[in-house]
Amino acid sequence: MGNITLRNVSKVFGAHAVIPSIDLNINDGEFVVFVGPSGCGKSTLLRLIAGLEDVSGGEIAIDGKNATELPPAQRGLSMVFQSYALYPHMSVRSNIAFPLKMANEDKAVIDRKVSDAARVLNLTDYLDRKPRQLSGGQRQRVAIGRAIVRQPKAFLFDEPLSNLDAALRVNMRLEISQLHQDLKTTMVYVTHDQVEAMTMADKIVVLNRGRIEQVGSPLDLYHKPDNLFVAGFIGSPRMNFVSGQPAAAYQAHTMGIRPEHLVLSKENGTWAGTVGVAEHLGSDTFLHVNVDTIGTVTARVSGDFPVTHGDRVFLTPDAQRVHRFDDKGLAVR
Amino acid sequence: MATLHTRSAARLMIAPSVLLLLAWMIVPLAMTIYFSFLRYNLLMPGMEEFAGFSNYSYFLTDPAFFQALFNTLAIVLGVLFITVVGGIALALLLDQPMFGQGIVRILVIAPFLIMPTVAALVWKNMFMNPVNGLFAWVAKLFGLQPFDFLANAPLMSVIIIVAWQWLPFATLILLTALQSLDEEQKEAAQMDGASAWSRFIYLVLPHLSRAITVVILIQTIFLLSVFAEILVTTNGGPGTQSTNLTFLVYAQALLQFDVGGASAGGIIAVILANIVAFFLMRMIGKTLEA
Amino acid sequence: MARNVSTRRKIVVTVVAWTIGILIFFPILWTFLTSFKTEAEAIASPPSLFFFDWTTENYHEVQSRSNYFLHFMNSVVVSFGSTLIGLIIAIPSAWAMAFSPTKRTKDVLMWMLSTKMMPSVGVLVPMYLLFRNTGLLDTRTGLVIVLTLINLPIIIWMLYTYFKEIPGEILEAARMDGASLSKEIIYVLTPMAIPGIASTLLLNIILAWNEAFWTLNLSAAKAAPLTAFIASYSSPEGLFYAKLSAASTMAIAPILILGWFSQKQLVRGLTFGAVK
Repeated sequence: MGNITLRNVSKVFGAHAVIPSIDLNINDGEFVVFVGPSGCGKSTLLRLIAGLEDVSGGEIAIDGKNATELPPAQRGLSMVFQSYALYPHMSVRSNIAFPLKMANEDKAVIDRKVSDAARVLNLTDYLDRKPRQLSGGQRQRVAIGRAIVRQPKAFLFDEPLSNLDAALRVNMRLEISQLHQDLKTTMVYVTHDQVEAMTMADKIVVLNRGRIEQVGSPLDLYHKPDNLFVAGFIGSPRMNFVSGQPAAAYQAHTMGIRPEHLVLSKENGTWAGTVGVAEHLGSDTFLHVNVDTIGTVTARVSGDFPVTHGDRVFLTPDAQRVHRFDDKGLAVR
Repeated sequence: MATLHTRSAARLMIAPSVLLLLAWMIVPLAMTIYFSFLRYNLLMPGMEEFAGFSNYSYFLTDPAFFQALFNTLAIVLGVLFITVVGGIALALLLDQPMFGQGIVRILVIAPFLIMPTVAALVWKNMFMNPVNGLFAWVAKLFGLQPFDFLANAPLMSVIIIVAWQWLPFATLILLTALQSLDEEQKEAAQMDGASAWSRFIYLVLPHLSRAITVVILIQTIFLLSVFAEILVTTNGGPGTQSTNLTFLVYAQALLQFDVGGASAGGIIAVILANIVAFFLMRMIGKTLEA
Repeated sequence: MARNVSTRRKIVVTVVAWTIGILIFFPILWTFLTSFKTEAEAIASPPSLFFFDWTTENYHEVQSRSNYFLHFMNSVVVSFGSTLIGLIIAIPSAWAMAFSPTKRTKDVLMWMLSTKMMPSVGVLVPMYLLFRNTGLLDTRTGLVIVLTLINLPIIIWMLYTYFKEIPGEILEAARMDGASLSKEIIYVLTPMAIPGIASTLLLNIILAWNEAFWTLNLSAAKAAPLTAFIASYSSPEGLFYAKLSAASTMAIAPILILGWFSQKQLVRGLTFGAVK
């Protein structure tokens, strides 16, 4: 079983508190994503769970047992690294077998588990190659194979897709999600890419400057962000923020409206402006509209909408979908 | 960036090296300092007595000391000058496209791999010998009187031999640095209308500065204590004309068995080396940071 | 047209470079050739470059008269021994400094380098007396100890720069995979660092083989490595050019060959990784 509990966990490097104090509960079988901008402490948090770094304070429990002092090897966790961290001098087979060999498993057991993992991950034909002879996606799969053969209590992923090209990234995203559904093992996944977080997670943990900004399901975060940071971080294109007079009309210090929740018209609407840049994606068009008195507002409209640079347009926020924030940046509901 | 466990393991694993080197630094050095204050000659065992600074004043007022100091500096600076200038020229040459570049490289590197005693003996006997040496034969070929290098210009002869050994080192390092110069940078400079000479001054030389620093540093360490070449060729002579500090201390200790005097000389050599090292370490510290 | 000019330039460069290369190499070539001459031919005037009666007599003479093989083995034992012991001490240290650096790591490395700057004569007297009193004078053991100590900083530095290039994540992966520290070093770090360790080994064998301060001062007849053995030819009665050449050729040949194979690593090692 693989539930992980963090109580008051903190990490200090020198005089700098990377993580002041975090409480978090990860349930067994859950796919949890830590997301946040670079330097927010998400990788550090993962490394604390892995045991690759010592906590400066607090307690980490795995399976209900205190694991704070345990070395990484004894925590029963597997990790997939950003660089894959494959052993370059070993064949794919030896790479996958390595954790089993370290656990002094039987030769026969090792062979069986390695070939099982290879079959699942489509690596059977590559078992005798060296990592450098593999493509990026294959290396990624070897790293995953090495992680799954141990049947760990939980998998830790540290930005595993950031070294892959865009198309492969989408594929691997699906494969990892599929793997999670097959294995039903706890997964903790770190990324700076909110799209990965939204598409893969059961539960997203949004981190900023070592603090948890919000924890919730992807749609929770999308629909009900607790604060300006989460509202701005989740969703693409980014939510528009407007403060001052136009926001006061919605009884808010700052009002937020997502590009997809703006209604565009050529005749009339709440805000009037001129189209600056129009990014045509085919299915959609992102319009960057210079609204008089407000500034640039991004709107997402259907790809068929006939509009180009310099057109005069009107935008109307969908009143049901307006997010309101107070002067401290917290959501007003 | 690691756990307490790995950090304490790390400390344990550094310990043997640090302790060994610390012992190697401190124990003999402390003994040298102690001996330097004794009147202590191996030929008169049991006669050791405290001598205060007399060993130092003896050593420092010995005219041979100033000769040795001058010779040490002459060897270091002379060899550095020859090898750095020659090394840059050779590196530039070897960097050009040519036939059989690999073989030329092998030929040029070879002297560095020769043990000092062999190098010194070969030069002394087979080249510089005024009767049977090759130089003497060449001189006679032109109707000149053979020149007795080791008798008439002992210091210069030592410098030539040592420079021959170290020229490959400088060349090799400068060539490696030269080859890491971005080809596009050179092409850009060419497009900008820079002549070969200004490309060398403004592009190549600054790029080589780090390598030159390293060459000077490493060579100085070794050149300060040139020993075998002198022992084998001139034995420090004639007189003390080719005696450097290292050789002077050696002679005091193992030829005259004057432990006290040699120790004082050793300490003086250490102090001088430290002065040089102080500047060198600042130099390499900056270079390695970059 | 342009091609023509560049080919001509290439030929000129080739001629100049080969001439200089051969001039620099000439003393070694001359030694090699002389080693196959008779003593009379060796000092003949005019000297002959290739056209003489080639003989291997000198090589036999050197061995039978002075037990060359003993000194050769002394060199082998001393250079390999000091290098291997140095590596065993240095590998864990370099691991620690490369993968678990502290604020002081840089200073420790610098300090180690600075021990290389201490002139050997500064400690010649006590080392000589220590060796004399402990019976280490003129023993292989004694030379191995000293050469290990003087080359240890270079070994550590070289290994450190090689280890630095191994991504720490791979070692962390091994830790996650359940490897203990010793298994991490044996199964993951060492095999990955083999090229670096090999070139460190090579360079230090070369340095130890050619070391000529301590070997000359701390050894005599019994443990003298080739450096000291060759130096005995400097006495006037040893003035036999052909035999000197034969002994020299045998002394330098193994290292010359090793060195030629490891040019690139030589640069890196000798510059403490500052020039690659």
